[in-house]
Amino acid sequence: MNDPILEMRGVSKSFFGIKALRAVDLTVYAGEIHALMGENGAGKSTLMKILSGAYRPDPGGEIRIEGSPVRIEGPLGGRAAGISIIYQELSLAPNLSVAENIYLGRELSRSGLLARGAMREGVGPILKRLGADFLPSTLVAHLSMGQRQLVEVARALHARSKILIMDEPTTALSAGESARLFALIRQLRAEGLAIIYISHRMDEVYALGDRVTVLRDGRLVGSLDKPEIRADTIVRLMVGRDVSSFYKKDHDPEAGRGHPVLRAIDMADGQRVKGCSLTVHAGEVVGLAGLIGAGRTELAHLIVGAARKSSGRIELEGHPIEIRTPGEALEAGIAYLTEDRKALGLFLDMSCLDNINLAVLARDAKLGWFLDRDKARERAERAFAGLSIRAANVAVPAGGLSGGNQQKVLLSRLLAIAPKVLILDEPTRGVDVGAKSEIYSIVDNLAKAGTAILVISSDLPEIIGICDRVIVMRAGHIAGEIRREAAAPLNQEDIMALATGTEQLDA
Amino acid sequence: MHDSSPKAEAAAAAGLAAAQETKRQRIRMLISALGMLPVLLILCIGFHLLSEGRFFTGQNLGIVLQQAAVNTVLAAGMTFVILTGGIDLSVGSILAASAMAGLTLSKLPLGMLWLPAALLTGLGFGVVNGVLIALLRLPPFIVTLGSLTAVRGLARLLGADTTVFNPSIPYAFIGNGSLTLVPGVASIPWLSVIALLVILASWLVLRRTVLGVHIYAVGGNESAARLAGIKVWAVLIFVYGVSGLFAGLGGAMQAARLYAANGLQLGQSYELDAITAVILGGTSFVGGIGSIWGTLVGALIIAVLSNGLILIGVSDIWQYVIKGLVIIGAVALDRYRLQGSART
Repeated sequence: MNDPILEMRGVSKSFFGIKALRAVDLTVYAGEIHALMGENGAGKSTLMKILSGAYRPDPGGEIRIEGSPVRIEGPLGGRAAGISIIYQELSLAPNLSVAENIYLGRELSRSGLLARGAMREGVGPILKRLGADFLPSTLVAHLSMGQRQLVEVARALHARSKILIMDEPTTALSAGESARLFALIRQLRAEGLAIIYISHRMDEVYALGDRVTVLRDGRLVGSLDKPEIRADTIVRLMVGRDVSSFYKKDHDPEAGRGHPVLRAIDMADGQRVKGCSLTVHAGEVVGLAGLIGAGRTELAHLIVGAARKSSGRIELEGHPIEIRTPGEALEAGIAYLTEDRKALGLFLDMSCLDNINLAVLARDAKLGWFLDRDKARERAERAFAGLSIRAANVAVPAGGLSGGNQQKVLLSRLLAIAPKVLILDEPTRGVDVGAKSEIYSIVDNLAKAGTAILVISSDLPEIIGICDRVIVMRAGHIAGEIRREAAAPLNQEDIMALATGTEQLDA
Repeated sequence: MHDSSPKAEAAAAAGLAAAQETKRQRIRMLISALGMLPVLLILCIGFHLLSEGRFFTGQNLGIVLQQAAVNTVLAAGMTFVILTGGIDLSVGSILAASAMAGLTLSKLPLGMLWLPAALLTGLGFGVVNGVLIALLRLPPFIVTLGSLTAVRGLARLLGADTTVFNPSIPYAFIGNGSLTLVPGVASIPWLSVIALLVILASWLVLRRTVLGVHIYAVGGNESAARLAGIKVWAVLIFVYGVSGLFAGLGGAMQAARLYAANGLQLGQSYELDAITAVILGGTSFVGGIGSIWGTLVGALIIAVLSNGLILIGVSDIWQYVIKGLVIIGAVALDRYRLQGSART
């Protein structure tokens, strides 16, 4: 292989005596896709922030780019050194055009006036090279998430970066957009860029990674070359122990499936959801798969009354019920875990205790109004123990917890009402491996106890791992249903074929 | 889940980190709760020294408490509103309209009813604000800016744009009398007693009832509150209703104190003092964070500032400048607090 483009030797970083990174040696070559994995808090983002110049490493380490030592300082330091980072939450200004975003901070001007025309022409070739299907003058607000990602990539190329760091770039992308992004990443590799690809998703790392480096507790615990990349090896490196069965599914789908609990009939909102019917039985875990934009979340919102339906009706345990607000859904025993826990789920400034008890406060209240604080504390502490939520105590604000623990706090709020139906929308998004497997076993136990569970997920291995039956949506319709059979286990190809509407999937 | 040692180790480490985190959180919460209390004490001591010992006298403290009373009541209502991330600019006008309505009624037969009438007037305007904000989804700033003007006009209309007097208004004691604690030694103005009761009642609602948690929830994250089954519209109508009710109470307190009200002048720019008290008290403008005790401290700071500046002979003009700087300083503090909060 050629000379390394980026070498980190003994790079450490500590905050107030706590070591976030311990003597990390990382070597990245031009023309390779280098996957970086690790649980949340393993040190990935610290490493990234050192490369971007947001953090200064502790003295003693060394960073070399193309052989010569560099000091990366200040927010523009990374870019000056040829490193561009595409963050999970994209950093584009939606009210500006594509060209203005690409030139942001380095605008062209002619005699003091903004040279919009020159900027549009300047980005044309790059957009063309990336195969963009939009114009430099398009407002970013009008672009899809996939197109926005493309703008970010264009910005990096425009800055002549040699190293491109991508932090979970597919989180907000549909499968089709992800596939296009992968093709683009391979193209960039062929053009000689080094790509550091951070992801939680095993299938992406398989598909893309030339090498995988795993961080744990701030240490680099291993680097694997392409032939050695295997899920069990990576997981073992990440969690430091063998994960005997990652996806947990012990409940017996046949035993539980007695009576239908939730039946949604002909649900539509006049826009994204065009007449969908589905049934979930007691003790059953049903997956709702589909591309992003297929209308899965919208359908869930219709079921729980978070959006107004134009037609359709709901039956709960055989009786028709009217649900107009999420409050009525909760009262009926239908709980919905949102896909966006920070924006739509948790109250980050409120204590875990309040977050957990929120749905049952009124039911527990003394004299109808006054908080029963003993009961609330007891319930929160039981939830902490039962779901192994890791925080100092129940009084800390939920915002300070890690993603996995936040998700468990939110889940506890729903479980407090002892729901008959639990709808989980992307339950493990932004959650580390350990908490993921804990959430799977919570779902499994709920199913065993007879809860009807609907899981919306874009993570196909997850759907296949935990579901008894998969309903696939496409463009607002139910495209089909696949049942797990002993002889024919669920597989990604069948689901994708239904989701995309093609008989065969070209991988 | 069979091997326990590395996991226990990790859990212990996480526990330690979490403990440190909580300690920091606790200090941070203490700072934002205590926040301005040290400032209040320093101001009091400073004024005492600068005024050659005239601040800490029974008489002067009584004046400070009396001066703080109406603003404390308005600021308590404002705390409810700002905790939901809103604002109520109309409290000064509502106070004037309530005082006018009360005084006008007090001269009629059944004049005893002027007090509930003033309260209901305030509550009514507050509920109208709330309905416009909650049900028509109009921005609070614009709705209450509108009612700031419109209600002021109604206040003038009520007295035909004159000053209404009633030297024999019933319940006049609440404006000028004092509650005797120890005969001949200690007494406390009724206005201050009312303000303290309002603070206590607000604390009870905010911290001990389901509704209180819902108010914090709506301010912390309105969409999440809606999805969690909270009736956001009801919470919003409630907080603007409370703000109006307390403005009505403030109007009654003023009417009883002055035996008179003028629709044009009474309560002018009171909303600014109320907002300043809330922000000084550590309640975040964004909503979801804050406490009623902070608001009490904030209102006392404003009263001490006015009183102290007069005691040491600062001119009226410079009082404006200094108070204005305090408002800006308070917002700067709000920014600083938000940076350190749990929002990530």
